[in-house]
Amino acid sequence: MAARSLEYVMVKPLPARVTAAAVAALLAVAGCSSPTTSSGGAGDAGTLVVATAGEPDTLNPVLNYGVDGASLIFDGLVARDAGNRLVPALARDLPTVSADGRTVTAKLREGVLFHDGTPLTAQDVVFTYRAVLDPKVDSTLRSDLDMLASVTAPDPATVVFTLKHPYAPFLQRLALGIVPAKAFAGQDVNKAEFNRRPVGTGPYRVTAWTPGDRLVLAAYDRHWGGRPKNPGVVVAFVADDNVRAQRMRAGEFDAAELAPKLATGFDGQGGYRVQRVPTADYRGVMLPMGNPVTGDLAIRRALNTAVDRQAMVTGVLGGAGEPAFGPVPPSSEFAEPSIVGRAAADPAAATATLDAAGWRPGPDGIRARGGRQAAFTLMYPATDSLRKELALAVTADAKKIGIRVTPEGLTWDAITPRMKTDALVMGYGTPYDPDFVSYKLFGSAFAGQGFFNPGSYRSAVADRALQQGRDSADPAVRRAAYATFQQQLAADVPWVFLTYLQHTYVVKDTVAGVTPRVEPHEHDVANSLWWNVHTWTKRP
Amino acid sequence: MTAATAGRRRLAGAGAVVRRRLLVAVPVLAATSMGMFALGAASPIDPAQQYAGAAVFTTSEENLAQIRANWGVDDPLPVQYARWIGNLLRGDLGWSTSRHEPVTSVLAARAGWTLLLVGTALALVLVASVLLGTLAAYRRGGWFDRALRAAAYAVQSMPVFWIGLAAIAVFALALGWLPAGGLTDITATGTDPADVARHLVLPVTVLAISQAPWFVLFVRDAVAESLRDDHVLAARARGLPGRTVLFGHALRTALLPFLTLVGAHLPELVGGAVLVETVFSLPGLGAVTVAAALGADFPLLAATTLATAVVVLAANLATDLAYAAADPRVRLDD
Repeated sequence: MAARSLEYVMVKPLPARVTAAAVAALLAVAGCSSPTTSSGGAGDAGTLVVATAGEPDTLNPVLNYGVDGASLIFDGLVARDAGNRLVPALARDLPTVSADGRTVTAKLREGVLFHDGTPLTAQDVVFTYRAVLDPKVDSTLRSDLDMLASVTAPDPATVVFTLKHPYAPFLQRLALGIVPAKAFAGQDVNKAEFNRRPVGTGPYRVTAWTPGDRLVLAAYDRHWGGRPKNPGVVVAFVADDNVRAQRMRAGEFDAAELAPKLATGFDGQGGYRVQRVPTADYRGVMLPMGNPVTGDLAIRRALNTAVDRQAMVTGVLGGAGEPAFGPVPPSSEFAEPSIVGRAAADPAAATATLDAAGWRPGPDGIRARGGRQAAFTLMYPATDSLRKELALAVTADAKKIGIRVTPEGLTWDAITPRMKTDALVMGYGTPYDPDFVSYKLFGSAFAGQGFFNPGSYRSAVADRALQQGRDSADPAVRRAAYATFQQQLAADVPWVFLTYLQHTYVVKDTVAGVTPRVEPHEHDVANSLWWNVHTWTKRP
Repeated sequence: MTAATAGRRRLAGAGAVVRRRLLVAVPVLAATSMGMFALGAASPIDPAQQYAGAAVFTTSEENLAQIRANWGVDDPLPVQYARWIGNLLRGDLGWSTSRHEPVTSVLAARAGWTLLLVGTALALVLVASVLLGTLAAYRRGGWFDRALRAAAYAVQSMPVFWIGLAAIAVFALALGWLPAGGLTDITATGTDPADVARHLVLPVTVLAISQAPWFVLFVRDAVAESLRDDHVLAARARGLPGRTVLFGHALRTALLPFLTLVGAHLPELVGGAVLVETVFSLPGLGAVTVAAALGADFPLLAATTLATAVVVLAANLATDLAYAAADPRVRLDD
């Protein structure tokens, strides 16, 4: 009898029943939240799949999506060709600049249609730029457009920009994607549904975006530049480098961005090719003037000649880079050739500089002057393994000439308050115009203002040159100004520039039409190797 | 007296227990959310800088201040908390500054996948660990027992991340049986359940395996222990078949403490899910929660923390009720 009742209890195993019910409930929950099926784009033969780590927060250009163009979904008034030269896009011709440099007029291309079929008008351009300037809108682009006083549309095909002061590279700022004003009527730009499901004029329209997974784009047949050569593009978001490499190897992607050392694994492997794309993305050591050691010119110059840039390119970057000597990339028309030094270290010249300045080796091999040791801390963001390796390489090179560098990996919130007195491995760079980053990074007016000129570098010559480069519309004057600027920087060494990176991509051999161009620091969906994906084709 | 009426009587106090637990849950959740906001006030991270990303190098302090003002993140802590509670009562979980969308849509789009992953992995690990642990205990010291324990210790020492990458290398790259990641085929046009299921096989298995050692070893020890109990020896002495004794007598007693511990182990399972989501590129809550923490996005953090707290409280309640149903000595109305 007792045994029977135990048997009875046994046939209703509670845990299993409870978990079965839970799983059923979970399946129901997940089912409810799955995105709806949408047509077009993915699934067709010839659809290209590209993979990247960087996923945009929103797909709205006003909120910083693809602000330098090549955003696939949007077009700007201007675009850039394979040589990063400006070409007209939604503007019929390159916009014209008035003699005083303060009025810029753009005539719109006729017959341009947004993805929803509505025509593009000057009001859409006006709305886009006014939204950027609106303090209620969470746009960081406002800082880049701080010279813009107003934007108006005298007629439906004309847009007039009025500037507070002449700004020579203003046309470079017009690659920003244009959004349809109507889509935001009565809505908060920050919170509009548009930011997830945007409507542009670009070569691709968005059919689905699952954040954290993928963005599905379908060719826009009525694009003013002609129909894209492929039916669609899928951008897969895979944050981890190793995982992306594994999935590339599994054949899921047609192209993927990979870290240089992972990309090297595909070199010589059948079916794939590795693209090493030059960039304007530099890494260097910011040497603050507020530190008694790095504030000394001899120390800075000695470091500049003691670092072995060639070894960093070969060892740290796996060959995917080139030595850097200044903030203007060698690919730029403004690059000054005279500042290019030796790629290898020159410890003899470095020690001579230190000897001449009175920094004498102490008993422990570390130099000192007037009782002060040649020692400083070099900070780097702890999560950035590339900057860590560069910091360690600088430390080793400095030790050889008797300077003790203490590398310290920190989080950004720990780094920020110390930037005035401690050296930092930094990186940025844009290929478009030398004014873009350098004006704030090296201008004395911005000394000590957060990430603008954190080391408080002050040079009247550099200031004047930067201002001239910004004010003058004459290309020859600008070239001369930026040559002066680069020479002054090379003489004062507020930064030791180390390397320009190359962005590395692995592409399947079946893909044709890939045309690399010099890339900026930021590259994800927009402005990567697939900047011209609308001309790519895939062999089956 | 039938077993059914006995069960009903044992659960007689369930309603009161549920009400009592709900009353306790309110202050627990309030304290949790206040803790989140206090942490937020102490955090040195500027959410506007995090939001700007690389553009922070070209964004002026004035620009960042405007964005912070739009979000109200510079308001005093009590003001922010009161606003958040007020919105919460109206069903609005607030604005996620790191994802730049309402917290409710972040949760709606992602929580389901994480629940599905954790839920199926938990079901798998429970069934497998009960089976394997019991078998190992039955032939304690035998080759199966020793192999299982060795495997459990080995798995325990492997990082989840590593197990995931190894599984991809073997089953996706070398054998080509299963996809290496993602929720659906990368060119799929929708979320077909069969496609999703195929993509979830590896992540669920990896999560289950990574969590299994703790469960397997616990079941094995508990069953081995109870095999020496008087009532089990008595059942054996009465000549009951070995399977009946093992599953009906020994396992049943062993499972009772196991039930409560499953609830306590849930947070660890969620932690493992975060890593598994990263390895298999799944759009779950894991990655956004990490980003929210790094970006000082407290509305989103508070929501995910509250959701986890609710799940843990509910799981504890469920295990207590299950305990009462399974163990005649436990009475809820005491």
